Amino acid sequence: MPLILIALLPFLGAVLPALMIRAGRTASAWSAGAVTLAALTGILAHAPAVLRGEIIFYQLDWVPILGLNANFMLDGLGLLFSLLILGIGLLIIIYARFYLDRDDPMGQFYCYLLLFQGAMLGIVLSDNILLLIVFWELTSLSSFLLIGYWKHLPEGRQGARMALTVTGMGGLALIGGMLLLGDIAGSHDLSVILQSRDVIQASPLYVPALILILIGVFTKSAQFPFHFWLPQAMAAPTPVSAYLHSATMVKAGLFLMARLWPVLSGTPEWFYIVATTGLITMLTGAIGALFKNDLKALLAYSTVSQLGLITMLLGFGTKMAAVVAVFHILNHATFKAALFLTAGIIDHEAGTRDIRRLGGLRHLMPLTFLIGTLAAFSMAGVPFLNGFLSKEMMLEEAAHTVWAGSHLFIPVLVTLGSLVSAAYSFRFIAHVFLGPRRSDYPHRPHDPGFGLWAAPALLVALVVLIGVLPALIAGPLVAITSSAVTGGDLPYFSLRIWHGVTPALGMSLIALVGGAVLLAAFVPLDRLRASLPQDTAKAIFDGLIAVAVRLARGLTAGLHNGVMSRYALAFALTVLTAAIFAWATGAAGPATRALTPVPPLPLIGWVLLVAATVTIVLTHHNRLLALILIGIAGLIVSVTFVYFSAPDLALTQATVEVVTIILLLLALNFLPRGSPREGSTARHVRDALIAIAVGAGAAALTFVVQTTDFAFDPISAYHLANSKTGGGGYNVVNVILVDFRGFDTYGEIIVLGIAALVIHALAESLLESPVGARLARRAPDKGESGDPHPLLMVVATRVIMPIALLVGVFIFLRGHNAPGGGFIAGLIVAIALLMQYMASGYDWAVSRQRFPYHGLIAIGILTATLTGVASWIAGYPFLTSSYGYFTIAPLETFELATAMGFDLGVFLCVLGAVMLALDTISRLAHRAGERPSPYAMDVDPSRPQSAQRV
Amino acid sequence: MTHWIILPLVMPPTVAALMILAMRHHLDLARIFAVGSGLALLAIALGLLWQASDGTVTAYHLGNWPAPYGIVLVLDRLSALLVALTVFLALVVTLYAIGTDWDACGKHFHALVQFQVMGLCGAFLTGDVFNLFVFFEVLLIASYGLMIHGGGELRLQSGVQYVVYNLLGSTLFLFALGAIYAVTGTLNMADLAARVAAMPAEDSGLVRVAAVLLFLVFAVKAALLPLHFWLPATYAQAPAPIAALFAVMTKVGAYAIIRLYTLVFGPGVAVTSGLFGEPLLWAALMTLAIGTMGILGSRSLGRLAAFAAIGSMGTLLTAVSLFTETATTAALYYMIHSTLAGAALFLVTDLVRAAKGQGADTLIPGPRFARQGLIAVLFFATAIAVAGLPPLSGFIGKLLVLDASRTAPQAAIIWAVILAGSLVAVLGLARAGSVLFWNTTKDLSPEPPATPLALVSVGLLLATLVAITLGAGPVISYLSATSAQLYDPVAYSAASIPLVDGMSP
Repeated sequence: MPLILIALLPFLGAVLPALMIRAGRTASAWSAGAVTLAALTGILAHAPAVLRGEIIFYQLDWVPILGLNANFMLDGLGLLFSLLILGIGLLIIIYARFYLDRDDPMGQFYCYLLLFQGAMLGIVLSDNILLLIVFWELTSLSSFLLIGYWKHLPEGRQGARMALTVTGMGGLALIGGMLLLGDIAGSHDLSVILQSRDVIQASPLYVPALILILIGVFTKSAQFPFHFWLPQAMAAPTPVSAYLHSATMVKAGLFLMARLWPVLSGTPEWFYIVATTGLITMLTGAIGALFKNDLKALLAYSTVSQLGLITMLLGFGTKMAAVVAVFHILNHATFKAALFLTAGIIDHEAGTRDIRRLGGLRHLMPLTFLIGTLAAFSMAGVPFLNGFLSKEMMLEEAAHTVWAGSHLFIPVLVTLGSLVSAAYSFRFIAHVFLGPRRSDYPHRPHDPGFGLWAAPALLVALVVLIGVLPALIAGPLVAITSSAVTGGDLPYFSLRIWHGVTPALGMSLIALVGGAVLLAAFVPLDRLRASLPQDTAKAIFDGLIAVAVRLARGLTAGLHNGVMSRYALAFALTVLTAAIFAWATGAAGPATRALTPVPPLPLIGWVLLVAATVTIVLTHHNRLLALILIGIAGLIVSVTFVYFSAPDLALTQATVEVVTIILLLLALNFLPRGSPREGSTARHVRDALIAIAVGAGAAALTFVVQTTDFAFDPISAYHLANSKTGGGGYNVVNVILVDFRGFDTYGEIIVLGIAALVIHALAESLLESPVGARLARRAPDKGESGDPHPLLMVVATRVIMPIALLVGVFIFLRGHNAPGGGFIAGLIVAIALLMQYMASGYDWAVSRQRFPYHGLIAIGILTATLTGVASWIAGYPFLTSSYGYFTIAPLETFELATAMGFDLGVFLCVLGAVMLALDTISRLAHRAGERPSPYAMDVDPSRPQSAQRV
Repeated sequence: MTHWIILPLVMPPTVAALMILAMRHHLDLARIFAVGSGLALLAIALGLLWQASDGTVTAYHLGNWPAPYGIVLVLDRLSALLVALTVFLALVVTLYAIGTDWDACGKHFHALVQFQVMGLCGAFLTGDVFNLFVFFEVLLIASYGLMIHGGGELRLQSGVQYVVYNLLGSTLFLFALGAIYAVTGTLNMADLAARVAAMPAEDSGLVRVAAVLLFLVFAVKAALLPLHFWLPATYAQAPAPIAALFAVMTKVGAYAIIRLYTLVFGPGVAVTSGLFGEPLLWAALMTLAIGTMGILGSRSLGRLAAFAAIGSMGTLLTAVSLFTETATTAALYYMIHSTLAGAALFLVTDLVRAAKGQGADTLIPGPRFARQGLIAVLFFATAIAVAGLPPLSGFIGKLLVLDASRTAPQAAIIWAVILAGSLVAVLGLARAGSVLFWNTTKDLSPEPPATPLALVSVGLLLATLVAITLGAGPVISYLSATSAQLYDPVAYSAASIPLVDGMSP
């Protein structure tokens, strides 16, 4: 089976148990087991070759530009770990089938478990360090799901989050470290990196890469000071703990250290960081474990301690130490998994994991007692069990390791660590199984069924077998694994029970005897410990997270508090500073245009404009006044256009002004007359200063533009020259609008149309909301005039109507050659219609309206589009115009341009948009209590007196 | 003469006009047309992508006027890519809105989406800066209409802020364009590039001001700190499918920066040197920091998703700010990824809101809800994508950015911020997820389960994320070619102004 398939099999198979749960719990377990077994078979098929010393490769390009490829490799180290992952995985699957409760969603459990298994398998099979990171992070994610599996437990949720945070942090550091490592080695493939020891250790990036990688490793393998997540993760169901904390998750860090051992180890940095961290972890973990009353917590801390031991061995940097590390990885996996499973059985059958409530179980659960005792003895380092062998070898290595010139430092502390290890292992046996039988167990304890004891029994059998016949059972695997770790040639080692009288034997004896003594003194020691400060790592972590959350919340909520003026302030200041910076760092030529004299007329206009603007700012609380002043400003702008001979712009500006002011006036009807005063004077002064600065900046920009001749001529000369010949019109402004840049206009009429639609939709939703009810209840600010539709106004608008329409048509038709065009014409017609509404009221006018205004907008857009598309028929791009001259007697020769079709679209869209806006406002008025009248005017002398409406 | 390029700008408004004209009162009909038009546009966009994939640059001279005097649309790899992305996202959002009846809570939903698509595609396709302004207006007004779709006090309130803030941006756009036209005398991007490159040094002051002002306009759209203030409330309050569509709107800003600040004011242009690289980098890193902090600090899922959008823009603009070919490749990959992932997060947010009913998406424990498991799976996958964890594309995107910034002088800080940002994001998403999906009370929320169509739409986005992850190799080689085209714009200029070989006559 290709390696990629083996690595992906658990992922692909993860969906199976989730589906098969519909066929029952056993079916779900079988499917999970089958997937695991298939992967295991795949690995076993490669095992003979690997044991012969071959390395199996599989390569597939994924993201070559990054050097991230799906390259897999199976060597001795990978083989050992794959066997542990899949073998113990299989046992866990069997165990979990009988362990989990009927209420627990078992399909999910196996699904997560397989995902996790796949991620682990991926780590150990990766030949590419970036691919390895992918799987590494996947273990963090899938273990998050597993630890939080009992989601109703707060400890589960917190433990899961803590594990994810700590290992996730490590994973991110690892990304950095691996990228650096790949950068140094010139490849992200392990097979290349492992050959580049000298280059890597000589690189200035070695230390940063090492530190980042070690952060990743230490967090994963729960090394001090990142060890605190592991005990918290015990909230998971026991099978999960057994799997994650014996053979897999926490071993991933050790695996990576072993994997990169040939290139990273052997330097003082490596030795002091790794060995010291391992030693500290071993000691703190052991002491932590001794005093835990929760069985799983005891095992969790013991795991921390054992991991520290292995880390320390790897940190020694000698080949022999690496061999021992490998051997202990194997041994620890077997006895620790058995111990966790035993703890699970006790929890399951006795109803508690609290050591203080247990004791005397040896009679009630003899089988469990046997299994648990053998596994715990192995952990303690009792002879004829596998733990003894590797611990003995470890002590031997430690005995001659020099730390900062001291020959005693490591041996003494390691012996101490082993002593405490022996003590907590003995405690596991003594306080759970020995002692008098109790009467207050939560459940009546008894040995479990075969399903539960089979897995730990098998593991313990291995513990004993390796312990008795190490060379036969584990020898070849350890040898091939160690040679993969050390990169080839192995030192001479022999896995034997008796090595003769060595310092290690003495240290071992001290540890065992001392451990027993320590346990005897447990009660006073426990009292002493209770008086000392407790393990604060979790509290510190929780505190840090709480501070981070508060900080993040305070900062983001404080910054984004919804105050618009502050947002605008940030905008103004940013624009101002950026513009000043850009200007100051650039160069400006001299002003090439002389200033023109100021004649009185523009001066008057200027004064009026400035006065109106300043007055708006000062009196904007009076809305009506502000609106009138805005009208003045708009008027002056139109006059300015006239003064500078831009009649098109002037006409547009004037009509736009009229329409907007009318619409705003109508809208004002629904608003309070004044707006409230906000903010302090100091803030007003600050804002005023900033506003003036921005205004001055805009003025300066305009001044520079006006007084300088720049290097290039504008493209407008072309428009002037080609307006008549190319576009068929003398009015260049109009030809630009409908032809040269007709596509801009196309976009803008759509903007106008959308705006009207949005106004309409907004009003619709307003009317359906509480605002609608408020409108209906609204009392007008002041008494309204009793004559809202006065006779004179009605008559005048009726007279104006046809004239205005005629003017509209005229303006539309002449647009191409003289000031005018669809936009202005649309506005003029709109004004004519607006006046009818104002004069006779909404209901009267609407009953005479034939087309819905929505449709007018739509037809406008469609007309413009069709005109544009029509040029496709002639094989030209969108909006290509053509024109011709026609003579129909008795008219003069006149011009027709396709641009007029487009302009018609503009006309319709503008008209529709304005009228739809008006229509919307009228609907609001209608809701606000304006009632329809059948008459055009309120007082009509031609009607009988009784029909007059006042 | 083929007209395929302009179809994404002509077909949506036509369909929208027909909807307004004939289907105002027939939602079913509008739905059919919306999906039909979406599918047709997708086919066209994929065709355009194919057309551009071999490096061909196609220009479309509107009104048959020669450039630079008329308006020109230009299709190159970059614009084709973004058009395809937009059209795809719009289709998914349309499907989702149909599946959740969001389109029935107000008027003109589908028509406004069509206009929005037109505005977005126009911004990506146009080769004229004033025309770009027009399309900014189209997409602004359409997005405003969509944002306040469905009404509600908070939504209208943040809608006003949104439109006001963006109108400030539009005003600035006009100032910038005025200055640019004054100093260069042209609006065509390729012509602008030629003229700015030949600009005498004594005119640099005004060019620099114009370039900076224009840049700030795009920065507003791209939600770059400190011009991002419009985003959190807008995205959190907008109907979630619309917020999902908006995921591509911030990308318009990023696109415009990439386009104009490689083509016109590129790193090699003397008169504007020193303005955009480093300042953008610092602002982008701050954006990233604020965004991820917001993920951790948010009290509701909607706001969390909004800050995630800010954070992703930070990462994206960090890559953009390096202005190298590899960094731009990374930016483009991250752009595709963050658009899809950000959109998916909003859709999942909406699923949660719909399922939880009262109390909506506030991050406090609540009752169990229908299809909780499935929604949790979708959230988990989306969160992985948003946080940039393996195995989804966010991880590859982040690796690309890290890899591309390796040689930058500020590499250490960039790495630290991006990696620390990921951690904070993971933390925030894990907290949110565990509260929403794990910490639930026993009783069942009475809200009806989500419809299959809604779930399928989210699945579609996630499937696309998986596709760009598995197919990262080919996707990235297209993007490498895209950024190569950006940094060697000869073909672009030649297509845009064909008669004069890139030099203005």
